[in-house]
Formats: sequence, C-alpha cells, structure tokens
Amino acid sequence: MEQQVLLIEDEPNIAEAIRYLLTRAGFGVRWLSNGDQALADILANRTDLVILDLMLPGQSGLDVLKSVRAVAALAALPVIMLTAKGQARDREAAEHAGASLFMAKPFSNAAFLAAVQDLVTQ
Amino acid sequence: MALSRLIGSRLRDQRQGRGLLQSDVAARAGMSASYLNLIEHNRRRVSAQGLTRLAEVLGCTPDDLSGPDETGLTQDLRDGAIGTSAEIDRIDEFVLRFPGWAQAMAQLAGRVALAERTVAALNDRLDHDPYLSHTLHDLLSALSAVRSTAAILVETPDIEADWQARFYRNLHDDSERMARGAEALTAYLDGFEGGEAAQVGTPHEELDRWLAAQGWHLAGLEEGALDAVLADAETLQSTAARSMARAVVLRAAADVAALPMAQMQAAIGEFGPDPLRIAARLGADTLAVFRRIATLPGSVLGLVICDASGGLVFRKPAAGFAIPRFGASCPLWPLFTALRRPMTAVEQQVAVTGRAGPSRYLLRAYAQPVRPTHFGAPDMCDAAMLIQPVTTVPSDARQPFAVGTTCRICVQVDCEARREPSVLMGQKSGPVLGF
Repeated sequence: MEQQVLLIEDEPNIAEAIRYLLTRAGFGVRWLSNGDQALADILANRTDLVILDLMLPGQSGLDVLKSVRAVAALAALPVIMLTAKGQARDREAAEHAGASLFMAKPFSNAAFLAAVQDLVTQ
Repeated sequence: MALSRLIGSRLRDQRQGRGLLQSDVAARAGMSASYLNLIEHNRRRVSAQGLTRLAEVLGCTPDDLSGPDETGLTQDLRDGAIGTSAEIDRIDEFVLRFPGWAQAMAQLAGRVALAERTVAALNDRLDHDPYLSHTLHDLLSALSAVRSTAAILVETPDIEADWQARFYRNLHDDSERMARGAEALTAYLDGFEGGEAAQVGTPHEELDRWLAAQGWHLAGLEEGALDAVLADAETLQSTAARSMARAVVLRAAADVAALPMAQMQAAIGEFGPDPLRIAARLGADTLAVFRRIATLPGSVLGLVICDASGGLVFRKPAAGFAIPRFGASCPLWPLFTALRRPMTAVEQQVAVTGRAGPSRYLLRAYAQPVRPTHFGAPDMCDAAMLIQPVTTVPSDARQPFAVGTTCRICVQVDCEARREPSVLMGQKSGPVLGF
C-alpha cells in the first residue's frame, strides 16, 4: 500500500512540484493550501508524513504542528517543516514544537526526497 | 569643591614623590597614620580642611590633590570591562596613572557599545521589518518553486506532456515574480525611496537625509542667511555629520555667491542643464556649476561627486537612479571615465539594469584637479556626474549603455566590470574581475 503524505503549502507552484515529485516516487499526496483543516484531515485520513510550510495564511505552520503534537496518537507522526525563512530562531521554534526535520527553501529535490524516504521508513 | 574619588591615590603619589613617610605627614597634618593610610587607599573621604592641611604639608595646592572628578570615566571603564578579565579593583589606579589611555579606553568602549546597538537595530529591522520580511519571503518562495520545477524538467526525460507544459508555465510565472521581487528589494535596499530604511546609518547617510529633507536646496543661502543654515546643520546628531554638513554649507554658500540664482536660471533657460556651456558663459568653476544645477529648487537632476579614490562624497539620487548607500558604485558610470581623464567632457546615455519602466538617463561627467593651497599639497582630483532623466526618446535612438547601481545588487549577467557576485543572482552573475 502506498504511503500517504499530507502537504500543507500555500505556494501553488511549490506544491505542484512537490506533488509531482512525491507521486512519481510512489507516494499518495493530499494537498491543503492552508492549515485550518489540517488536523481534521490528518485525523480523518491515513497519514504517514506531513510536509508543512511555516508561513501559512490563517493558522501558521507552528500552530498546526502544535495542534498535531497535542494529540497523543500523533506524537510520533513525522513532520517536515518547510520555510523560506532560514533563521536559527525559526529552526529552534520548529524543533521545539516537535518538527522531525526543518528544511529551508530553496531546497534540492534530491535532498528533499531523501529526507522524505528516510522519515517514512524510520 | 568636588572631591575626586582618586584623591587618596594622588596624595600617596605626592607623598612618595617627596620621599616622606606616611606617619610623618599624618602627624604634621594632625591626623593618625592609620586614617591617612585609609585616605591614601581611597577608602575614606577627606574633608576640605583635611585636604588643605595635607596640601600644606606636601607643599602643593589642594587642587593638585583633588584633580578632576573621574566618576564618570571610571564608571564608563567599569561598564566597558564587563565580561573581561580586567582588574576592576585597580581601575582607580589605572585612571590616575594613565588618564589619557583611560579616556581612550572609555571612548573605545562607548563606540563598541554604540556599534553593537546599531547592529542590533539593523538585525531587528531585518527580523521585524514587515516589508523586507514579506519581500524576501516572496522572493525565496519563487526561487524555491523555480529550483524544484527546473530540476524536475531537467531530471525527468520522460515527463508527461501536460505536466511539462504546466511546469514551463509555472517557471515563467515564477521568474516574473522573482524579477518583481528583486526590483522591489533593490529599490528598498539601495534607493532612497526606502523611507525608514535610512534611519540607521553612517554620518554620510545622516547628511544625505538632512539635505534630502530640504529638497537638496539650502534656501537660506539665497537670502544671505548663512548663519541660520549653519545653525541648522548643527542640529545633526553625529559630530562627523555636523562637520560634513558645515563643509557642504560653506561650499554651497560660495557657489551661490559665484553663481547667483538669476544668472543660473537665465543660463539654464538658454542652454538647458548643460554644465560646460553654462560654465563657459558665466566664466565659472565647472564643478560649481554641476553642484548648482543639481541643487536649484525643484531640480530633478541627480548628482554624484567622487574624490580621486572614486569614493562618493556627494550623493543626490535622481528618480529611478539609485546611489549606493555604502560600498563602491557601478564602475561603468561615466563618472569614473571622467576621473581617469580630467578636464575631458564625458557624456553617455544609459539604462539602469533591473529597473522596470522608463530608465534612460543622460549622464554628464567632468573631473578637474583640486586647486592646491600651497606648494607640497597633495595632488587631488574631484569628479562630478549629473544624472538627467530622459523623458523623450527618439524612435531611432541608439540602445542605451547598461549600467547598474553596485555589483552587489546588479542583475547584469556577464558584466565584464563585475567585481563581486550579485546577491540577487549568486553564481549566475558571471565571473568576477581580478580574482
């Protein structure tokens, strides 16, 4: 059974590239352009990995991550946090909130896919 | 009389310098040796009467012992030494024995503290300036999309046709977005349109803001109110900016005296803003005419002046033609051609790279030696360049020469004069000269 990824990214062209990459790599991908429905989506659907943009309209990526980690059953769900703000403070905030991995944009596709594979096989 | 905290140290120095025993001096001054010992180690304050008696015994004046009040100096040094292994307990001795070095150290500590505050303010601006943050985020997001999309197109030879078409369209959209973002960022970082961006900076920037606030025209000079304009220059914050402003005001006053407004307006009416024709007609100093043209009320012409090193000493931007706030400017400016060939008129129509909309300018530059004031004076040269926006371009006009603001933010690929990579283009900005 293919592994399921939830992508939460408000930049449609980045989302399109990521969806294409993951789909070709054999993942099932659902896409949300904001974080407001993220937790409900995760709870309603099988999710093996979340890819979450830090800066989102409405709920921020950090807010979404905190709400996910507040659910005991989702404590170990792998979450990759993406951001165009690569400052150490953002990285620390993401790691403190429970991100499994923090990736600064722009990233290489190869490194991104390797990170995804690594997290879903852990 | 304000009694210095270091009276005791001075007292000890005076006594030892005269080869007197502490007990003898104490006895003659009518106090115990142990009390004098405490005074000499700055652990007890001495009364005015006691100080007078001790001065009489030592054959000096009370002022020799009291000296200046160093409380502020020692506190400044103490503050500057926080976090270091300096011998804080011997700070009074240091101030007494090396007052010049102590002053220098305190001033240095003050400058370091000021520099740290400035860096913190700039960092804070980078972190919290909503415009800068938004623009950078937008630029990086577009860049990220371009990188991923381009890599997919290159690395996926069997990509489906509909995906390929979609990704090509995305690439086009994102590259347009990046161009807009780069342009906005360029204007913000290096233009004077940045508003609050200019609030922290060098004395030169402070001077520029003062001149810009007056439309680059010191109106009081036209009415002979030199003192009032100089007084206004004294309101600048930093000592260096005030000093530079005084020099600018005095030079502008000399220009006004040599080239009265009515004469200038009549000459411009006849020749347009052509500095060489006006200088020839009025028999005036050429660079004075450059300065006068650019600083007449409402003048839309920009002006840059550099010294023999190429460093910009006067920076009035024209709309759309930004002048770098720091670092060197574009080496392709005719200003530098003129600097290499003093007394030669250099004129060029240019377009500024990376700018949207009309960006054609007529640049006129001229350099001349600085008149020496005495034999043995250094050989110096100044160059000036007027920046005149070109509003009407003939349909058969030649392609303008491309120039930038400064390499750091220039988007001109393969520029042969590039000396450092562009932060906007990274490796794509071509090879760098001299490395």
